[in-house]
Amino acid sequence: MSAVIENHHEDHHHGPAKGLSRWLYTTNHKDIGTLYLWFSFAMFLIGGAMAMVIRAELFQPGMQIIEPEFYNQMITLHGLIMIFGGVMPAFVGLANWLVPMMIGAPDMALPRMNNLSFWILPFAFFILLSSLFMEGGAPNFGWTFYAPLSTTYAPPSVTFFIFSVHIMGASSIMGAINIVVTIMNMRAPGVGLMKMPLFVWSWLITAYLLIAVMPVLAGAVTMMLMDIHFGTSFFNAAGGGDPVLFQHIFWFFGHPEVYIMILPAFGIVSHIIETFSRKQLFGYASMVWAMLSIAILSFVVWAHHMFTVGLPLAAELFFMWATMLIAVPTGVKVFNWIATMFRGSITFETPMLFAIAFVVLFTMGGFSGLMLAITPADFQYHDTYFVVAHFHYVLVPGAIFSIMAAVYYWIPKWTGNMYDERLGKLHFWLSFIGVNVTFFPQHFIGLAGMPRRVPDYALQFADWNMVSSVGAFLFGLSQVFFLFIVIKTVMGGKKATDQVWEGARGLEWTVASPAPYHTFTTPPKID
Amino acid sequence: MSTQNYYVPDQSRFPIFIAFSLFLLVMGASSTINNLGNAESNSVYILYIGFACLFTTLFFWFRQVIQEHIAGLDSNQLKTSYVYGMAWFIFSEVMFFAAFFGALFYVRTFAVPWLAGEGEKGVGVAAIELWKGFESTWPVISTPDQGVSYELADKSMAWPGWGHALEWLPMWNTIVLLSSSVTVHFAHLGLKNGNKKQFNLFLGITVSLALIFVGLQAAEYYEAYAHYGLTLNSGIYGSTFFMLTGFHGFHVMMGGIMLAIMLARSVFAGHFEVHDHFGFEAASWYWHFVDVVWVMLFLFVYIL
Repeated sequence: MSAVIENHHEDHHHGPAKGLSRWLYTTNHKDIGTLYLWFSFAMFLIGGAMAMVIRAELFQPGMQIIEPEFYNQMITLHGLIMIFGGVMPAFVGLANWLVPMMIGAPDMALPRMNNLSFWILPFAFFILLSSLFMEGGAPNFGWTFYAPLSTTYAPPSVTFFIFSVHIMGASSIMGAINIVVTIMNMRAPGVGLMKMPLFVWSWLITAYLLIAVMPVLAGAVTMMLMDIHFGTSFFNAAGGGDPVLFQHIFWFFGHPEVYIMILPAFGIVSHIIETFSRKQLFGYASMVWAMLSIAILSFVVWAHHMFTVGLPLAAELFFMWATMLIAVPTGVKVFNWIATMFRGSITFETPMLFAIAFVVLFTMGGFSGLMLAITPADFQYHDTYFVVAHFHYVLVPGAIFSIMAAVYYWIPKWTGNMYDERLGKLHFWLSFIGVNVTFFPQHFIGLAGMPRRVPDYALQFADWNMVSSVGAFLFGLSQVFFLFIVIKTVMGGKKATDQVWEGARGLEWTVASPAPYHTFTTPPKID
Repeated sequence: MSTQNYYVPDQSRFPIFIAFSLFLLVMGASSTINNLGNAESNSVYILYIGFACLFTTLFFWFRQVIQEHIAGLDSNQLKTSYVYGMAWFIFSEVMFFAAFFGALFYVRTFAVPWLAGEGEKGVGVAAIELWKGFESTWPVISTPDQGVSYELADKSMAWPGWGHALEWLPMWNTIVLLSSSVTVHFAHLGLKNGNKKQFNLFLGITVSLALIFVGLQAAEYYEAYAHYGLTLNSGIYGSTFFMLTGFHGFHVMMGGIMLAIMLARSVFAGHFEVHDHFGFEAASWYWHFVDVVWVMLFLFVYIL
């Protein structure tokens, strides 16, 4: 016992431990952030490979490459992996790296629990992916796992799916509690709430959302487990339950969940636009209030995912108006980003390109969301490719572009090396063209009536599906190129200065590049 | 270490051990459940090993945290982090129960009446005579498909009226659990006044009341299964009843174990000081939370 405690004094200001144990046993927020980011990158490539399989099958009408059963497993795993394995861990990784540095803290508030939050994830996704090799195949009911598809008609691997969701949820809740506690308790003296960088604000709000809704998801999968194996009737009308109840519970989790995947992006983009416009952000306070309003509204809009299940008219109207209300704070944010750029001396480095593309394309995704929010119109759009186009526009050039922007923006601070600007710009343009060629035509085929989640389709959708597939292959390949750029930057490159970007402000730019293993051992002075 | 410095713990093996234990536990649980009724399956042993690893690692992890604390390594800031962390953990538990209370509210207000053909949404159900003969009552006596039914409402878990209140098990459960919240508060007062004897006595009473509660709950489940025919399989009433009271009972056991550990730490190791006892305080918060959930259960599951 005493040996353990004495070690604290000795090791305190040392660098990282040697070898594999550094990563397995680490309590360092930067190491854990790195682990999260690499894990999410691996999941992004696996989920992306599944998307390639999907687009290859949809390249032409008719069944060419895979069986319909396998197609269903691919769309299910693609969604689950991209959401829970790709986007969310990437944002948690960014939070780990940046939040302590931005608020002048030495580390996260609960460093050991931080490591636990990460290490649950590889095990959870190992279980989820191993279900591909189980009897009956992987889960095949779509990432929304609606009952009774996921209860009465599910393959046996659904049990493994349920438990892997349970431990993913535990990981998210612990991670979120850690971030809330860090932000509330570890700010250096002088960093008041309304002086926090917007990325910190965005994560504080996101973490509250996570703590509130991940337990609800746990409840939903628990009811599924009981219905499947222990004879309860939560989602079974023959026993007095209701399959629609599943959708209510799921979307009570699911709608805040989509804001969990976009709020941190708002924070990132605000920083990048501010830096490369060389101006102070326009409307800081309104940005904070807008994020808070979006977060609160996200709890009262869930049934806009369910307009066609037969809700009472009053519910249809309420959820339509509540949903459209969200456009107001979102509009405030877009306005502020544009106003920040207005009359700025803008330069277009790779992070700025991604950030501007984010503003434009995310706004388009937002507008198609508004179209879907209109109940009578949704009766036409529901479960078509228009919906697929909508949520991919907010998630790919939304959430994922913001993550890429963040990587380019902060990687000099993480590694001490500048990335290759030419390659970065090339990656941006390939991704930008790829994403639009992939998803813009899906609006057309959706409006023309092609349903989502089908492995085969009618002949009139053939042309745009082929275009979409070509775009998807371009986008997929350019992400392998991204991997190359990141590895190249980690290995070497032009040395970065401490401030890195001319217009960059904030505590993380005052420390050395690469950031020292322990950033602040005493609270920094804030003016 | 000067108090000006921040506290960052050393590398630790515990987190990844816990993650691996959870992996064993859920792999074991999934394959056990998938192999229910298959006598040759031995996946339940993976589940046991997972549990054993989890509890062992947790024991050593908590031991180290307590030792570090006693050695004076914790800053005041870290103590505040524990306080915030526990508070938000309890909030996440509240949301877990909210999912089940939400389900109860939904089936009682919407699903069951609609299935019986009531209201605007029930018209369609009634028109095609989908669930002929099904009546909207709570408790639901027989399921819409008439597959399962159990005995009359006066023998279900519902409120029996003032005349029979004292013969009614849930009433005694409520009395036991509410008193335990009071006794744990007395224990806390004793600790704050430096009266360790009062602390140990009242904490001991609280743990005993927790045991009594779990015992009564088990008796109630036995009654339901053996005499009322009310089981997990008896439709939505059984589903909501057993899942809500079951998860609550599970949380009572968790809270009871926490308090029992605090009692053991106090009696055998002499832990906790007048101004330094957050371990106990966190467990007592958890206990009050469990108590509040019970009050909600008593109201919405048993009485209304």
